[in-house]
Amino acid sequence: MSASAPQTQPPPVAMQRAEGVSHEPPRTSTVIGALLRKELLVELRTLESVPGMSLFAVTTFVVFHFALNRNSIDGDEAAGILWVTLLFAAMLGINRLFVADADQGGFDGFLIAPVERSALLLAKAGTLLAYLLVLEIVAVPAFALLLLAPPISQALPALVAVLLLGDLGVAAIGTLVAALAVRTRARDLLGPLLALPLLVPIVIGAARASSPLLVLSHPGGPPGRWMLLLGLYDLVFGLIAYALFEFLLED
Amino acid sequence: MYGKGLRALSISTVVVMALALALVFFYAPLEAQEGFLQKIFYVHVPLAIVALGGFMLGGVFAILHLRTRDARWDMRSYVAIHMSLIFGLGALITGSIWAKGSWGHWWVWNEPTLVSFLIIFLLYATYQPLRFAIEDPERQARYASVFAITAGAFVPLNYIAVNLATAYVHPRVFSSTSNLPASMAFTLFVSLLAMALLYATLCKYELTAKHTRAQLRAARRLLEQRSPGGARTSQRRTRSAAPSVYPAPAPGRMAGGPL
Amino acid sequence: MGVIAASELPALPLHTAGKYVAAAYVVFFAIVLIYVAIMAVRLKRIERDVAELIDQQSAVAADRVELGDRESTPV
Repeated sequence: MSASAPQTQPPPVAMQRAEGVSHEPPRTSTVIGALLRKELLVELRTLESVPGMSLFAVTTFVVFHFALNRNSIDGDEAAGILWVTLLFAAMLGINRLFVADADQGGFDGFLIAPVERSALLLAKAGTLLAYLLVLEIVAVPAFALLLLAPPISQALPALVAVLLLGDLGVAAIGTLVAALAVRTRARDLLGPLLALPLLVPIVIGAARASSPLLVLSHPGGPPGRWMLLLGLYDLVFGLIAYALFEFLLED
Repeated sequence: MYGKGLRALSISTVVVMALALALVFFYAPLEAQEGFLQKIFYVHVPLAIVALGGFMLGGVFAILHLRTRDARWDMRSYVAIHMSLIFGLGALITGSIWAKGSWGHWWVWNEPTLVSFLIIFLLYATYQPLRFAIEDPERQARYASVFAITAGAFVPLNYIAVNLATAYVHPRVFSSTSNLPASMAFTLFVSLLAMALLYATLCKYELTAKHTRAQLRAARRLLEQRSPGGARTSQRRTRSAAPSVYPAPAPGRMAGGPL
Repeated sequence: MGVIAASELPALPLHTAGKYVAAAYVVFFAIVLIYVAIMAVRLKRIERDVAELIDQQSAVAADRVELGDRESTPV
């Protein structure tokens, strides 16, 4: 299906005859909002991704307890285990992100509509970000309960900032990789394989930034250097994803 | 024609490579700390730099492919990445040998070049499986280009990130390239040039071979068209992830016209 | 720079470090030579395919000549 309607084309005749419909293509922000609302509504009704991701994270903490044979951890270990678990739970969400669209023709429907292609990217990235935020609302307290030695309250505001920066990067890269992998033959395998190396710098930045927040004695603030790295990485790959996404949609 | 200039390129590669080796073993002074072991530096670092450059070059070719939709750019991107993967493997192995000689372990985490290389290698190792998993050749080329551009941008950022991470744990132990004496710097430069020429030669070689196969396929198709059924040829046995320069010809042309 | 006298050439200590250096350079050359070998195999295959193609061409040409003869001869 080689539908590549340019933005300036007027909507098809049937739409023009409908009552109360404007004749110009909708504004991109409206489109993004509509798509985002649709995604979140679908997730709310089907509960396909987020509960699974959250449960996975909590279960992984339990596994780590047995694997490490430790009752409580702090510092580098805590930061590492938290971020690895969040990352792998994110993989579950990334794998499912475009599956419905690919299997049920959502891509074609989107391509016909006279809207900007990148709207889908922003909507899907926003969806993934939302999933990650909900995941963290469940996973971080669970982590504090099950494994973390120092009380979480000492770290909380700064930790939220680090989580947010990390999530932005995961959302940008995760959406791009999800779109890349979904229409290949081994989509469940290729998604994580492609995403994990690309996410290593985020793990580096986020774990290093969180580590001093989670030490038992004399916790410090997150080193600005790592926040800067995270921010830079998010920016660069956000732009790259934005520039390349439409090439994945044509067909 | 891809083969043009291949001979000149190969000859210059041989000359510069011979010169580089002579410089490494007969001119460059022994390093104070590591002694003779440091000579690996002149094969490991050029391999690494050329591989990284090749990966980024693959990204640049991919950008050109997406811009022009010319399949030849995709071919060049594929070959650049493929060759960089091989050079990158060489960099990892020589780096590992260096680590063993210097530290006694086959792998060390406190050498940022080696570590960031491992990550990049793991990323690009998915390039061929990705291509293989997409049947339609146009989509395969397009998706591969998106990957190549993303990964190409990733290379420098990853290097920075790993360098930052390692600097906090241990200082750089292997000879840093920043404060080299002039004779070593010159030797390194010539070695780098030799490696880059080798890379270019092998890439050209690969492109010529692929192009020749594509021409062969096109000739075979023409023959089949002139005498259908008469040309029973040996089919390609396995599907390959490599792109082909000649896509299937447009249906209109094959109507048995005078050719 | 100038020419370096043979007596001043750095000695090659082949006890410890030399092994590793040699190994690294051997790995490098092995990679290049393995690639050359792979290309040789490919070249052979291309040569075989070209020969096949030429055979078919001549077979087709021979068929055409035969047909031409048959048509021009009155039955």
